[in-house]
Amino acid sequence: MPTFHFTLRDLPPEAEALREEVRDFLREQFRGANPVTRARSWGGFDREFSKRVGARGWIGMTYPKQYGGHERTFLERYVVLEEMLAAGAPVSAHWVADRQSGPTVLRFGTEAQKQKIVPGIVRGELAFAIGMSEPDSGSDLASVRTRATKVDGGYLVNGTKVWTSNAHLSDYLIALFRTQVVPDRKHEGLTQFLVDLRATKGITIRPIIDLAGHHHFNEVNFTDAFIPDDFRLGNEGDGWKQVTTELAFERSGPERYLSSIALVKELVREVSARPDDRGAEAVGRLVASMTTLRQMSLSVAGMLQHGENPNLEAATVKDVGTTFEQSVPELVHALLDLEPTLDTGSQLQQVHGYITQVAPSFSLRGGTREVLRGIIARGLGLR
Amino acid sequence: MSELGSLLADTVSRLFTDLVTKELLESSEKGVWPEKLWRALEEGGLTMPLVAESAGGAGGTWLDAHVVVRASGRHTAPVPLAETIVAGALLSRAGLEVPYGPITLAPVHGDERLTLTRSGAAWRVSGTATRVPWGRAAGHVVTVAEADGAATVALVATGAARITDDRNLALEPRDTLVFENAPVVAAAPAPGVSADAIRLYGAMARAAQMAGALESILEQGVRYATERKQFGRPIGTFQALQHYLAVVAGHVAASGIAAELAFRAADRGDSAFETAAAKIRVGEAAGVSAGLVHQVHGAIGFTYEHSLHFATRRLWSWRAEFGSESAWAMALGRGVAARGADNLWNHLTER
Ligand SMILES: Cc1cc2nc3c(=O)[nH]c(=O)nc-3n(C[C@H](O)[C@H](O)[C@H](O)COP(=O)(O)OP(=O)(O)OC[C@H]3O[C@@H](n4cnc5c(N)ncnc54)[C@H](O)[C@@H]3O)c2cc1C
Repeated sequence: MPTFHFTLRDLPPEAEALREEVRDFLREQFRGANPVTRARSWGGFDREFSKRVGARGWIGMTYPKQYGGHERTFLERYVVLEEMLAAGAPVSAHWVADRQSGPTVLRFGTEAQKQKIVPGIVRGELAFAIGMSEPDSGSDLASVRTRATKVDGGYLVNGTKVWTSNAHLSDYLIALFRTQVVPDRKHEGLTQFLVDLRATKGITIRPIIDLAGHHHFNEVNFTDAFIPDDFRLGNEGDGWKQVTTELAFERSGPERYLSSIALVKELVREVSARPDDRGAEAVGRLVASMTTLRQMSLSVAGMLQHGENPNLEAATVKDVGTTFEQSVPELVHALLDLEPTLDTGSQLQQVHGYITQVAPSFSLRGGTREVLRGIIARGLGLR
Repeated sequence: MSELGSLLADTVSRLFTDLVTKELLESSEKGVWPEKLWRALEEGGLTMPLVAESAGGAGGTWLDAHVVVRASGRHTAPVPLAETIVAGALLSRAGLEVPYGPITLAPVHGDERLTLTRSGAAWRVSGTATRVPWGRAAGHVVTVAEADGAATVALVATGAARITDDRNLALEPRDTLVFENAPVVAAAPAPGVSADAIRLYGAMARAAQMAGALESILEQGVRYATERKQFGRPIGTFQALQHYLAVVAGHVAASGIAAELAFRAADRGDSAFETAAAKIRVGEAAGVSAGLVHQVHGAIGFTYEHSLHFATRRLWSWRAEFGSESAWAMALGRGVAARGADNLWNHLTER
């Protein structure tokens, strides 16, 4: 049976030194920020903050210097990511670009595209959105139907993307379109494009309000939207191969277990104030899981650093991690006689209210739990 | 892994694969001591990984020992190897000689005490210890007790105890040892060893053994799912079962690294936090995974004839030994609460 490789990693001294710099920076940025704001970390979109992070050299940390990157290690990058999430920093304006769009452009883009795009990402100036899902294509991504039809000098695009996070705030979208219909071969005829969300005519972005009443994702409609040839990313027909690589970048994020940390902190605060056996036990179990997940994540970062392919391990961390993240609000509810609230009541109640509502998305975004378990099962040799 | 670690890994897995057969496990469950297996372990230098080379050991670290302890769980070896390894480490730390033969640890329960008293130049021990692993099979027992205001490691011959046989779900001996002013072979204070060292290192060892047993049941589950056919196809092609096994794979991964982290912490000195985390996380994995892998096996896995139970009955026992998940979680949680919410993350990143 093939086994998965999880190895303990020691962070090198330079990474630990960096941790202190990041903590100082974050302390200064968010002195006194309340826990409710911090809980919204992954939804927080703040361009000024992202530019300051970029100025510190903490975006594109592993990219080549030639394109503005910093050629630092994946372990150093890991430290920055985990500190940002643990502190609940509003990272959305650079997170996607740093994690997957930049690496995708670096891997598949032309020289001109790399020069035009990547330095802006590194400075924290360019925000990216992900244009994969469509109304009829979710887990079955290869079935996407949005058409890019070749015309003189470029492509005319028609169709609709959905669930596009932050499309209304972003500069670019990396989108997967169908350039050719090959009967019975849905993985063929797909191509990735860089879409300039501001300059392209024929694009309509409509908000989709999530169950908590927030505008986070969107529907992006294309009606004869013209995309010039030099915005095609990679060769025509290579879209499937490229998008699976992009998804691997997305899923290898070594930080996939921290979405509920604000609630864990508030629970610890509550239990510290009134320690009893039940509270202590609940906290003990959560902290045992977090300790373990952190080492699993570090192990994935270590694999990236060693140039190994961590797809299976990353899928495992994400599956175990989201299960943990979703267990936190349930455990808080089981433990305390407390109503979750929106904007009244204690910090604990508000954070609990927020996390309870967003928790279902943890095991959907970036590939559903079922898709990830399929990947793990394939790794076990069952598919 | 260190060079010694890989050497130990090779030796131990070869030895267990050859010697820990179904017949051996069954005869051990009938009460026959596997002398040949034990002798092979001693001759292979696997029983004293932490004892200095000058004293006949391998001169290794806890991380080296982890490899051996994990393998003993993976192969469900019916011997107190983990206990002997911990006992040897404690004796060495106290500067005491490590005897040959299996050694066990007592007391295993937080509310039981063995007391040491001086009698002239020598020491005597009194008290009752229940559920002592392999009590009747071990030649010696190691205990740690407060004496003269210091944590003192003591070596006692099991012959000095009145023993009542008992056993765990896997039919491993878990005996009651009663000492009434019994002679102590040797005792000495051990710097850096805490008074709860038996429970601490015992829990750490069980975590690694469980991590090993979990690897074994995942492997058995995957193998069975590939071989067994229903509806004209291997049952492993059914998505429900694929997902069960994927969940188990997650628990196996988490357990392995949690156990290893505790051993690394033991090398660095203070392992209380990591040991608690490991015993909790691996114990949680044990129950869920045993249930899922049994489900994959259908009725055949519920028979004594099939080998799955050698690992699952151990998992159900081991998770409760040297402190259950809830007991360790309360201790861990109290520590976290005392440090406060704002130190949670700092503390975690220092592990
Ligand atoms: C908060 C959030 C942000 C998102 N942001 C973006 C974004 O920026 N860009 C983007 O492109 N997409 C985004 N998505 C979409 C996300 O990628 C999809 O939700 C996901 O791929 C699942 O697709 P779906 O929602 O259509 O569900 P479906 O694919 O219809 O799945 C519904 C259920 O059926 C299960 N299922 C489907 N197929 C199988 C199968 N073969 N075996 C077993 N079970 C199956 C799924 O696991 C799921 O449980 C976002 C989603 C969320 C929740």
